[in-house]
Amino acid sequence: MNIPQNLFYTKDHEWARIEGKTAYVGITDYAQESLGDITFVQLPKAGDTLRQSEFCATVESVKAASDVYSPFSGKVLSVNQEPCEHPELINESPYEKGYFFIMELSSEAEKAKLMDAQSYRSYVEGLSK
Amino acid sequence: MNAATALSKTPLYEAHLSLNAKIAPFGGWLMPIQYAGILTEHSYTRKEVCVFDICHMGEFRLDTDISLSGLDRIVTQKIVSMPVGSCRYGFILNESGGIIDDLIVYRLKEYSWMLVVNAATISKDEAHLRKHLSKEYSFDNVSDQLGKLDVQGPKSLDVLKDIFGGDIAKLSYYTFAEFAFGGERCLISRTGYTGELGYEIYISSGAVKGLWELLLKDKRVKPAGLGSRDTLRLEMAYPLYGQDIDVNHTPLAAGLDKFVDFSKDFIGKDALLEERKNGPKEHLVCFKADSRRAPRHGFAIFQQGERIGIVTSGSFSPSLSVGIGMGYVSGDYEIGAKLAVKDSGVEIPVTVVKRPFYNRPQS
Repeated sequence: MNIPQNLFYTKDHEWARIEGKTAYVGITDYAQESLGDITFVQLPKAGDTLRQSEFCATVESVKAASDVYSPFSGKVLSVNQEPCEHPELINESPYEKGYFFIMELSSEAEKAKLMDAQSYRSYVEGLSK
Repeated sequence: MNAATALSKTPLYEAHLSLNAKIAPFGGWLMPIQYAGILTEHSYTRKEVCVFDICHMGEFRLDTDISLSGLDRIVTQKIVSMPVGSCRYGFILNESGGIIDDLIVYRLKEYSWMLVVNAATISKDEAHLRKHLSKEYSFDNVSDQLGKLDVQGPKSLDVLKDIFGGDIAKLSYYTFAEFAFGGERCLISRTGYTGELGYEIYISSGAVKGLWELLLKDKRVKPAGLGSRDTLRLEMAYPLYGQDIDVNHTPLAAGLDKFVDFSKDFIGKDALLEERKNGPKEHLVCFKADSRRAPRHGFAIFQQGERIGIVTSGSFSPSLSVGIGMGYVSGDYEIGAKLAVKDSGVEIPVTVVKRPFYNRPQS
């Protein structure tokens, strides 16, 4: 399972990559693998203000729909339109081409509530037992 | 107790695990949902050929003179006149016309029949049959002794010819014959649940693994799970028992009148004749979303703010790349009617369309 080192992770399987005062957000390799073929995604709009752990997006696979929660509080700066047209990008490239949006961080200190790669790996391994 | 211990496993369970299938409970069985992925398996079935483990389905053997036993009265189709070697899709109804099950009846010999029923309804069906068969019959629930593989897709005939010989090409739609495999005989019908050219193979549970392995040795064949079986059948608007049809709905409400023969007597006929006078109160309609978003089982159906029904089956359609679904609505809605499907926080505009959703390209 691909769990990149430099990212932060939530228990709901979102990831965030901090770049300066902004973060890229998406769902993890574990999430896309569990969902199976992703067929639809609904993302927030640029300008939306999100709170940490708040509902921010929907992903649907052939079998089911799942909610996605924001890993940080802050304003959505831009949304990745690519996976809306080609949801399979989330399966193929969950950390790169299949990212969801870029947000401005209200408080980087919120990362204290997130997991690093090592903790997330143990968390996921615990789930599959 | 572990929930999994209460569920049955087909003879191919270990084979599915070794193929890294995702396994989930279905109708009391632990079944493979997908191997490579639902979309891949779906499109491979539409274009090439896939094999599905359908061993969970139920099979009854009935040796009986149909004119004495009352079997014909139990099924909505006229089966008295079926030629040996043919099969027919129909329903078992209760007195109120509610659907106890849908099934395929095979006429094996003049006085010998096989009924193929749904996995979750095996005991209910058996009780109903035993209750209504009048006399002079021998009834055998052979579900545990028979395995079943569905080989479906445009290349299914080429693949099966190489295993069973050229005679299989003689099978026309809804006919069957016996073929030799590994020292025993199996029954193959040209039927299926995908809308593609395809075959259903009934073979002893002991031999099914050998056939499964032989099929997968053929590079043209890929395994497919119940996930794609469901999207394939939904694109054809084939009903799934327990979801689109059930004991609370009649074949008329489900729009499946063509599998009911009113020229004969059958259990539930009076109720259907009564229902036909004014038309069913509810209709099973098919609808297509304007987007990739999928209607889901249990979502409410609305027309201009008024709740008119409920979704029974819904999914993303891999062939059409939009959401599709079926559901019961009160009243009747014309093709083209604009409706909306809703769940908490979700509203999907849909258009009523005619069946099936998917039409095979003309070759």
